[in-house]
Amino acid sequence: MTMIRRLRTSRLTPWVTGGLLVVVVAVLPLLDISLPGVLPGSTYTPGTLQLLAFAMVFAALALSYHLLFGVAGLLSFGHALYFALGAYGLGIVLRDTELALVPAMAVVLMAAIAIAAALGALSLRVSGIAFAMVTLAFAQAGSVLVRRNPSVTNGEEGLPLRVDNIPAELVGVLNTRNVYWLALALLVVVFLIVAWFERSRAGHVVAATRENELRVRVLGMTPFRVKLITVVLAGGLAALVGMVYLLLQSGVTPAVMTADFTLTLLVIVVLGGVGSRWGAVVGGVLYTLLDQRLTALARSEAIQDLPEFLRIPLSEPLFILGTLFILVVVLLPGGLAGVARRSLARADTARARAGRNLDEEARP
Amino acid sequence: MSTVLLLLITGLGLGALYFLVASGLSLIYGLMGVLNFAHGSFLTLGAFLGWEVARRMEDGSWLTFGVSILVGAVVGATVATLTELLLIRPLYLRHIEQVLVTVGLSLATVALFEGIWGVDPIYVVGPEWLNDTTDIAGALIPNDRFVLIAAALIVLLGLVVFLKRTRYGLIIRAGVENRAMVTALGVDVRRAFTLVFAIGGAAAGIGGVLASHYFGYVSPLIGGSLLIFAFIVTVIGGLGSLTGAAIASVVVAVLQQFANFYLGGTGDFMVVALLAVVLLVKPTGLLGSKA
Repeated sequence: MTMIRRLRTSRLTPWVTGGLLVVVVAVLPLLDISLPGVLPGSTYTPGTLQLLAFAMVFAALALSYHLLFGVAGLLSFGHALYFALGAYGLGIVLRDTELALVPAMAVVLMAAIAIAAALGALSLRVSGIAFAMVTLAFAQAGSVLVRRNPSVTNGEEGLPLRVDNIPAELVGVLNTRNVYWLALALLVVVFLIVAWFERSRAGHVVAATRENELRVRVLGMTPFRVKLITVVLAGGLAALVGMVYLLLQSGVTPAVMTADFTLTLLVIVVLGGVGSRWGAVVGGVLYTLLDQRLTALARSEAIQDLPEFLRIPLSEPLFILGTLFILVVVLLPGGLAGVARRSLARADTARARAGRNLDEEARP
Repeated sequence: MSTVLLLLITGLGLGALYFLVASGLSLIYGLMGVLNFAHGSFLTLGAFLGWEVARRMEDGSWLTFGVSILVGAVVGATVATLTELLLIRPLYLRHIEQVLVTVGLSLATVALFEGIWGVDPIYVVGPEWLNDTTDIAGALIPNDRFVLIAAALIVLLGLVVFLKRTRYGLIIRAGVENRAMVTALGVDVRRAFTLVFAIGGAAAGIGGVLASHYFGYVSPLIGGSLLIFAFIVTVIGGLGSLTGAAIASVVVAVLQQFANFYLGGTGDFMVVALLAVVLLVKPTGLLGSKA
């Protein structure tokens, strides 16, 4: 009993739990588990693995957005730009050059970091809401660029993945489990980098900047520099996630570059709980599953037979998710992580009270 | 020369549309610090309901056109007022949450519009005269441009008179300047908040109906695409400045038209470049005091 309690309070607990979780997720493709209603099929089937890999890619992307919004307090509406940069960049490099996968990824990552540095330096000249609008404008310019240059990006059709220089283990439906493990590795790496950054000096300064920029400046530090570091790191990670997305999806469409896509990230991070790493991960997984399930639900007969005023809203997944989002913002500040924290705290007080009562009863 | 004139007046017409959206955004931001992402949805709903009313009336008459604009304004104002009362007010002074709520609202409403009216553009019919052209110094200018410019001028004039000559206008101007002081003087600024939302929504609703005639169709995405340019306009003009928004609307739209014609369709790109330049030179925007 005391051992369990010690384990609960230990600082290592989340890491141990996380490690166990990674192991469980890693062996899923080898098991035969069905969760009807949650997953489309058994866990070893390619369809389910694909969905779960998507969930992990979104979780990783949400973590990179968490760096911006949760840690630095920068409300960006242009984060999709870097994700799309990774996906499109890798797709174009693999198509037009004979580079192997890893060097190609390195080239694209360097380019993404350079672009993030340039655009970040520009947009950080304004703060708050103006920053949001400016990042939105840059992302919009990127989106226009992709749509208007079909000779390079294939326009609305989307860019297919050329597989000639990619290891054969990552290609084809039968190898979905390898891509799944790649997505898991990506999520773990991104999580560790984000955690490391939050504990680094720059991470602490940028968190302080979020709370009180003037005070940080008075202390003789430059908020601009740490904010720029955060923007570049978040952009680089998003580009990395975009590259894995390209491999998973075997292509990319302009939809990932729209403002709506960034808004999706915002929804994920807020749903999970702003400022919480685990919240971002849970939000990403939950959103992906919910989106997929709601789309399936919309086509189901139960919905199609409803009267029109119920059928129309319920057959639009984005309507349900948007409404859910509003409800979370208004009714559940702190998102899912906030709920978890509050219920844990309540359980602790309850236990403490029970313990005190026991002590009092024991007294003569 | 005639091409230049055509581009200039078309740019003014487009700028008028941007202004109808941006004026509300800028006032709302200036007074309340809220970036209203749902503004595009006010516009889209105004356009759709304006069309729904128009198609039940006589096709192509001026009365139908006038009524649809009126419907757009009323719908925009009503929805905006409801949004303020139900979603923005409970989150008073929590700016980020207020933005998030409007983001959720815009996602949900666009999906809802797609569910009700479908994804494909719906073509609208206006009075015959709108599709004709007028010859000005050799340039054949489509007439809808003039209607847009006139509407934006009327809205601008109305707003200026309202802000300068009425008691509520005074409260709003003072609130933009220093909200804490106005509250301390015992004035209930919250009523001004609702009013600003209603005015902004009405302007957006009018913009929606006019945009559907300018583009020739309505679609659920019409608001979102205009909204992005309206954001750019408000940043360039200076957040919270009505005059700034008016000037920036014209500059942005004219630049866009000229770049699209002379620089091979790079209009959208040049607008973002202009934004970058303004941020480098003057981060507060043309007439803004706070960034």
